[in-house]
Amino acid sequence: MTTPTSDGGRIELTSLCKRYGSGPLVVDDVTLDIASGEFLTLLGPSGSGKTTTLNMIAGFTDVTSGGIRLGGRDIAPLPPHKRNFGMVFQNYALFPHMTVAQNIAFPLRERRVPKAEIARRVAEVLELVDLTGMDGRRPDELSGGQQQRVALARAVVFSPSVLLLDEPLSALDRKLRQSLQQEIKRLHQELKLTFVFVTHDQDEAMSLSDRIAVFNDGRIEKVGTPADLYRNPGTRFVARFLGESNLFDGSPRPGGGYEWHGCKWAADDSAPPGHDLVVRPERLRLAGTPGEVPERANRVPATVTGLYFQGTHQRVELDYGHGSTGSAVLPPDATGAELRPGGGVIAYWDPGHQVLVTRDPRT
Amino acid sequence: MPAITTAAAPEAPPSPAPGGRRRAAGPLLLLPALVALTLFFVLPLLSILLDSFTDPEPGLGNYASLFTDGYTLRVLGRTLLVALVVTVAGVTLAYPYAYMMTLAGQTARAVMITVVLVPFWTSMLARNFAWMVLMQDGGVVQGLLGLVGLGEVTLLGTTTAVAISMTQVLLPFMVLPMFSVMQQIDRRLLLAGQSLGASRLATFRKVYFPLSLPGVAAGASLVFVLALGFYVTPALLGSPQSSLIAQVISVRTRELLDFGGAGAMGVFMLVVTLAVLAASRRLTGPGAAAGAAHAIAGRNDR
Repeated sequence: MTTPTSDGGRIELTSLCKRYGSGPLVVDDVTLDIASGEFLTLLGPSGSGKTTTLNMIAGFTDVTSGGIRLGGRDIAPLPPHKRNFGMVFQNYALFPHMTVAQNIAFPLRERRVPKAEIARRVAEVLELVDLTGMDGRRPDELSGGQQQRVALARAVVFSPSVLLLDEPLSALDRKLRQSLQQEIKRLHQELKLTFVFVTHDQDEAMSLSDRIAVFNDGRIEKVGTPADLYRNPGTRFVARFLGESNLFDGSPRPGGGYEWHGCKWAADDSAPPGHDLVVRPERLRLAGTPGEVPERANRVPATVTGLYFQGTHQRVELDYGHGSTGSAVLPPDATGAELRPGGGVIAYWDPGHQVLVTRDPRT
Repeated sequence: MPAITTAAAPEAPPSPAPGGRRRAAGPLLLLPALVALTLFFVLPLLSILLDSFTDPEPGLGNYASLFTDGYTLRVLGRTLLVALVVTVAGVTLAYPYAYMMTLAGQTARAVMITVVLVPFWTSMLARNFAWMVLMQDGGVVQGLLGLVGLGEVTLLGTTTAVAISMTQVLLPFMVLPMFSVMQQIDRRLLLAGQSLGASRLATFRKVYFPLSLPGVAAGASLVFVLALGFYVTPALLGSPQSSLIAQVISVRTRELLDFGGAGAMGVFMLVVTLAVLAASRRLTGPGAAAGAAHAIAGRNDR
């Protein structure tokens, strides 16, 4: 076994492509540099190529073209069992005919680790995932959350330099999912491995990741930290997929500003055509009359379609007409407009809080 | 098949009182079958058992002669051997076939099932006569064997011919249980095995094969038990010198009218059969059932 060096867990994907038969590219020119010890999430809807990318890293899927390097070494020609990745599957994939201890010992046995050492490391890793005393159980005697913790233990017991996680939480109910999210985060901090995490759940991606790569249609739309992606989504797809948005598909005006169905707004940066204007819900304020709107603010009339009081905040669903809808998140005691479903309000925001995003990243 | 419970399904709460009456009436539905079974199976079986101990005279004489007359024991041994060979050959042929069926697409799988089942749908006699034609002296099989240099091998009338035909006839009983178990094995377990450092072959040996064993045991015990009682095939393709137990029992009852002796043979075969079933039951024990349940639960997750 190799001891992971400081750079041992670095994964470089260069122009990775995958095509089945003569079909379209499922993964289209994916280039990504994942630092050693980083928690990177591949986020995207189903069919966006994120799982195929993970499977190519794991070696389960052949690469059509492009390169995969681990710690500077080309691993594309290696079969999966020689790549030394830990992998956690959505359905746990525990061996049903083996006990918890036998499951966890499996990768060590395959590596011909001495018996005493196996026993020691199994006990150690069971403690790490808080399952001490469960070694004799069979997988079907455990709850879903426990099974996934066994799967985590099995995937890290042989000290791989990288842990690949394929939607590991999507089979669990919400409450369990949250506690396992914390567990995964803690494991990442304690083990200092590179985590490559695949999910379609944006909340999961935002709360766990150091960086997120947003996949759409086989390509990476944008890579960045969760905060960066939220503030500067860059493309319409990312804005819609990560968090909620009020999205206006107007056009930049010549000489500055932005226009959407007769509304003329101030805009700091002059953008080329083909850009939408996005305002995040928490940046939006609501007013009952034009007089209440601050001088410099951009504004748009809207109809309230729904009101949801949620304790820490209240959510207001809005319809701007012209097929555009959105929402505002207000403090629970927000005053100003009288809010009732069906009522008219004026939504406004500071021009500094809006961002422009491209409609199609390929143009 | 063992009852399978999925992990995902919550336990059904016990039905309240309204269901009670329906429940009480439930066993009545079993009555017709129970009456038929008792009349046509249990009573005759008891009569055979009784005969085997009392005809021609009370005692263990019939059983003693089973093991002492030299002839019966040889026939028994031959029957067990043929059944064993048919079972082993069947497993060897059916395992890769059933495995390929789990990998094949919808259409290919339908074709594969049909190919296995066609002999099953064909009349027993037609099938055996077809084998007679194929295996007769100067027939197709002999010709083919001649091509690979085996020359003049006489097949018809030998135990080999019987075993070959029985293997083919019994193949569906081997393939179908294997397929149904293999189909439930989650293939992602194989990926998991590889991700943990085991080669494809090692993963197959340590993960897939153990999980497929219940299917092998079910198919093998079914084929073994059926092979023990085969009558038409050995009668047509074999010879009196290579009789199997079913033929000897037939001769005893219909020609020699030795009901006690035939009964003793039948009872002995029944004991062997039950022993085989018990052994296969042990192999497909609780662990295996859990495996199948897991495989199904895994599919439901998606």
